[in-house]
Amino acid sequence: MADETQLLDELEKGPWPSYVKEIKRMAKKNAAAKDLLGIQELSYEERVTHWKHGGIVGVTGYGSGVIGRYSDVPEKFPNAAAFHTMRINHPAGWFYTTKSLRKICDIWEKHGSGMTNFHGSTGDIILLGTTTEHLQPCFDTLIEAGFDLGGSGSALRTIAGCVGKARCEWSNIDTLDLVYDLTMEFQDEIHRPRWPYKFKIKASGCPNDCVAAIARADFTIIGTWRDSLRIDQNAVKVYADNGFDVRGLIVDKCPSEALMWDAETKELKLNAEDCVRCMHCINKMPKAIRPGLDTGATILIGGKAPIIKGAYLSWVLVPFMKLEPPYDEMKDLLRKIWDWWDEHGKTRERLAELIERKGLKTFLNDLGIKPVPQMVYKPRANPYVYF
Amino acid sequence: MGRTDIGPPDFREMLPDVIKMNYGKWKYHETPRPGVLRHVSETGDEMFTVRVGSPRLVSIDFIRDICNIADKYCDGHLRFTSRSNIEFLTDTREKTDGVIEEAAKLGLPVGGTGACISNIIHTQGWIHCHSAATDASGLVKSVMDELYEYFTSMKLPAFLRIAVACCINMCGAVHCSDLAIVGIHRKPPKVDNEKVLAQCEIPTTIQSCPTGAIRRHADPNIKSVTVREDLCMYCANCFTVCPAMPLADADGDGVAIYAGGKVSNARKPPMFSRMIVPYLPNNPPRWPEVVDVIKKVVEIYASGAKKYERMGEWIERIGWEKFFKLTEIPFTEQHIDDFTHAVETYRTTTQFKW
Repeated sequence: MADETQLLDELEKGPWPSYVKEIKRMAKKNAAAKDLLGIQELSYEERVTHWKHGGIVGVTGYGSGVIGRYSDVPEKFPNAAAFHTMRINHPAGWFYTTKSLRKICDIWEKHGSGMTNFHGSTGDIILLGTTTEHLQPCFDTLIEAGFDLGGSGSALRTIAGCVGKARCEWSNIDTLDLVYDLTMEFQDEIHRPRWPYKFKIKASGCPNDCVAAIARADFTIIGTWRDSLRIDQNAVKVYADNGFDVRGLIVDKCPSEALMWDAETKELKLNAEDCVRCMHCINKMPKAIRPGLDTGATILIGGKAPIIKGAYLSWVLVPFMKLEPPYDEMKDLLRKIWDWWDEHGKTRERLAELIERKGLKTFLNDLGIKPVPQMVYKPRANPYVYF
Repeated sequence: MGRTDIGPPDFREMLPDVIKMNYGKWKYHETPRPGVLRHVSETGDEMFTVRVGSPRLVSIDFIRDICNIADKYCDGHLRFTSRSNIEFLTDTREKTDGVIEEAAKLGLPVGGTGACISNIIHTQGWIHCHSAATDASGLVKSVMDELYEYFTSMKLPAFLRIAVACCINMCGAVHCSDLAIVGIHRKPPKVDNEKVLAQCEIPTTIQSCPTGAIRRHADPNIKSVTVREDLCMYCANCFTVCPAMPLADADGDGVAIYAGGKVSNARKPPMFSRMIVPYLPNNPPRWPEVVDVIKKVVEIYASGAKKYERMGEWIERIGWEKFFKLTEIPFTEQHIDDFTHAVETYRTTTQFKW
């Protein structure tokens, strides 16, 4: 085999774990994986991809979850001529028992190439490479094992969130419960595409935003708090006594100058009204500073990558929303947004692009949301106003 | 028909006992060594996490390997992070040593915590994608081999996130990373008139173009489209709706590099990454030109930034003019924006540096 993959063999060297080694491992016992390696080597020689546009393939009753993929060199690599992807909705927070993971491995050994992504960038488990005949039996067995497909195409994509209250002391909302609840509520929206384009929901428990919700989600949920952050002055003193530069590394870096340092008493004072809850002081003094107790989330809208009109970060829509099960306020808001997008959106127009085309003012009016200063950095500078 | 719409497994079935007992009660955490976290609960319980790098594109045998570790030391539980690392969760410090030893046997690095370069988020590239302008897995492997020590240590000023997208669809949403490598095309689509007739809906294809470069074919007898090459900026949106308009080209394709993005709200608000290198050639299997730029920028940042300063914060402080000077990256006409909202990036002050 070494002679057949001269270029890829280079990628087996070096300290970082090698995906080429992984494909070779499967290639020993799986013909499709062996041909995948051949196709990848060919791309390395010719510097172009050898995959064609997907055909329409799927499982009964779903329009989502399977991405058809065909090679443009089927005569050279017949065992990977069809190499479809199955997206499997992951458990919230990406927690697994080894028993559940082994089940997935066994199913994929029988029905696919044995190659996977743990995980795809939307969050799903990606099973890479199967044929049309295997799709339905693979899906049926996955369902038996308790796993379902995720979203693809112009549908609600698999919802993802950070580790939340399972392990993080900063989580202001229960991201795992929220992600699971919304996922179960909107199964139809995930599995049966019916919108102008894709729609993503992501939830982070605090403004550190470990799952990059503000950049990657049309509907962004970021946990925050309304009251004052909590400071344990004794613990602050311990930091200072251990030589930690509280003034230089914390107070001087507070973006809204809400903190003051009394070097004599070693007391950290907070002007709570000026705090913008950026997390810096909490991140760097986790034993002394914690988020407040009146917790909830900021809802932002419209984050996306460049295609078509350029990249957007999500915009503040609801500065603060309490989030407790059954999350009815949030679900009502989502349904209203989808109705509006369905009504006005063009094909392949993401929500942010539609809001930009129609104006945020129109969007807020149609949804019945009152404008507040938290929604903008600053008011308009031009005089072209519609009344 | 069998059952459908069962959704994913309930996450509660997947949690280890120590988490079940301390859910929502965690008080603080610390990092005893790179790649190991210690979380302490209000109940007094503690939990250790060992974070381990993964190539993301893995075989089922790899998954079984890591399951063996979790069975031996973690009561059969593990999790993955949003950056494709694996986390082994244990209730004692002793067990972390066992996990680290087993990970080493498999050749897996322990790290990815704190002021480090964590695992690279990436897309499918030539391994699976029809619109890839470059590979992703190979680029990631090449970059991480070179920056390996920054994964296993915490010696940077702040954490540094790198991402790779194999085309400007940016499935991995790389547009807010400290450093982003983005596959780009530089040649307009080659229209196959016969295939357009068979495979494409012409109005949809025309509408898909953000710059209006696609027109109906001038000859009414030819049911196809033409591309005004002077208006095309190679986004490949037309190719997505019309497979008869491929752009992939061995010499035209390559990568661009962006820098200074972040998503966290800590200190400065989230920022977009900005173009630092408009084009470098695809040079597999190791993309040496790309790796060189990434490494150089990381090292200049590491030596110049203040403690806790993210790359974007550092660049904003010193100024972009100084950034190009320090990195010796040539500033070209491509760096000046000419797309939507471009004017927002033009300087409107006499305050600048030489």
